[in-house]
Amino acid sequence: MSQTATVSRAGVIEALRQRAYKIRRHALRMGEVQGQGYVGQALGIADVLAVSYFHALKLDPKNPDWEGRDRFLLSIGHYAIALYAALIEAGVISEEEIEDYGSDDSILPMSGMANYTPGMEITGGSLGHGLGIGVGMALGLKRKESASRIFNLLSDGELNEGSTWEAVASAAHWKLDNLIAIVDVNDQQADDKSSTVLNYEPIADKWIAFGWETYRVDGNDLEALVEAFDSALASDSNKPRVIICDTLMGRGVPFLEERDKNHFIRVDENEWSVALKQLDEVYGVQ
Amino acid sequence: MSAKKKLKTSAMIASIAGEDQPTTAAPFGHALVEAAAKNPKIVGMTADLGKYTDLHIFAQACPDRYYQMGMAEQLLMMAGAGMAREGFIPFVTTYSVFASRRAYDFICLAIAEEKLNVKIVSALPGLTTGYGPSHQATEDIAIFRGMPNLTIIDPCDAVDIEQSVQAMIDFDGPVYLRLLRGKVPRVLDRFEGYKFEIGKAKRLLDGEDALIISSGLMTMRAIEAADELKEKGTNVGVLHCATIKPLDTGAILEEVRRYPERPVFVAENHSVIGGLGESIASLLMKEGVHVKFNQIGLPDEFLDAGALPTLHDRYGISTKEVIKTLKQHVA
Repeated sequence: MSQTATVSRAGVIEALRQRAYKIRRHALRMGEVQGQGYVGQALGIADVLAVSYFHALKLDPKNPDWEGRDRFLLSIGHYAIALYAALIEAGVISEEEIEDYGSDDSILPMSGMANYTPGMEITGGSLGHGLGIGVGMALGLKRKESASRIFNLLSDGELNEGSTWEAVASAAHWKLDNLIAIVDVNDQQADDKSSTVLNYEPIADKWIAFGWETYRVDGNDLEALVEAFDSALASDSNKPRVIICDTLMGRGVPFLEERDKNHFIRVDENEWSVALKQLDEVYGVQ
Repeated sequence: MSAKKKLKTSAMIASIAGEDQPTTAAPFGHALVEAAAKNPKIVGMTADLGKYTDLHIFAQACPDRYYQMGMAEQLLMMAGAGMAREGFIPFVTTYSVFASRRAYDFICLAIAEEKLNVKIVSALPGLTTGYGPSHQATEDIAIFRGMPNLTIIDPCDAVDIEQSVQAMIDFDGPVYLRLLRGKVPRVLDRFEGYKFEIGKAKRLLDGEDALIISSGLMTMRAIEAADELKEKGTNVGVLHCATIKPLDTGAILEEVRRYPERPVFVAENHSVIGGLGESIASLLMKEGVHVKFNQIGLPDEFLDAGALPTLHDRYGISTKEVIKTLKQHVA
């Protein structure tokens, strides 16, 4: 997935834009199969996943367990629909699997689990686990003198969990410069807006205080994301890095962007085709 | 003021060893150092209890393989899972109360669900401290027995602990071991050919008058009780069941059936709820084996603070009290 020096910045962004479009499209198609799904989150995080999987991560799609890979840990199990979409786009999972999404014996269960899906590194879903597992893996990689890195995608809701902060403190203590946390701030969790349920703002200040190299960007702005990821990965600091991404649930499908926000955005049966059509229009696809 | 001098609660390192009993210091720490010399995958991790789980021995011998994770048991289990994911064999140590009550979800989902090779070694199981309920893990087995994939070991003494370290390394999967620390009694080396094996119960003594099936330090009490009763003509058999899960159902059924009239006592350093006793009761009922069945274990209560010998008498798990219970039921 590495980019050659000859590709212009504009070319890089345009390629990522196409990947983000496809990720959104795969996610909507999975949602359509089940008639439900966390598509609001998937649409919101698609740009972050595009930059992660098609700009930042070292991967071998044909060999998802390759020892030299970067490890991408999804602690928010309910975002699986988004990660499956990225893994399909990356060629780790066959696109045909979309038809079985969330069905009996599918390799794509509703909540992400390591034992079901190639490329799914950990079992998420019990929130507050991913970053701590990442700490252990990052320590293990250092023991092995590996150049691989750990990426952990967590959510703003996951900041409610005390265990997340045990991991935040530990990563700084151990100077885990091979650990990159990505926080999706969509300001939405199960009962209400994150800032209403348990306010963690100013989020960046807290990570800075714990000793992390901290970036905060618009998580739906590909240029800003690329710049943040490039800076985080190029930095010679011995601190762990966090990229806090403000995202909009439903991004890319105007009627979902505008719908009342909820942990589980309602999409009626006849609306899936509308959603796909709107997405195509937003991306100028006929 | 009472004329009788009261026993004092011990400092944190309270030994369960009797006076003049042979002991080994920190058998877990020394066995781990020995194993680590042969296996570079072994690492030690703790949540601010290295000194109190005998892991300090390993820390001194292998400082670059020792991870002090801070007083954060959830993190300890997550980081242990991460280490195992990268191919290491982490021995993670804390107290049984914190492993079972505080870190359960992290052991369950981050470790057990994925069968990761993490060895959870926890001190102060059952009633092995006089500090009261905050430190007494009287229900840890009950908590962990329902967790799929988790092997539970309750070693009797220094011999069991030394051998279980290598056995855990040879076994691929998550294990929870109830550690005896500090000066740990050595009792099992009197049984020639004794070998600790995960999943195997071992007959230590044969006797037709009563059978004690026991785990952990209660096997030591069972042997002491059997020795004393033998002098008075009562022959008590002892089956040591150091693996609580998976239960060695074959050996237990065979032993119980050898003398069908013999009363069975299950002795454990644990609540009578949810531990070895109820495991065996359930097994016998499912198999249609009807015997006189008794439990020797801790009551379903938050226990008192105080001196261990006082508490072991009070709650019926001292040798003296075990003998008393046996005499009540054995002709």
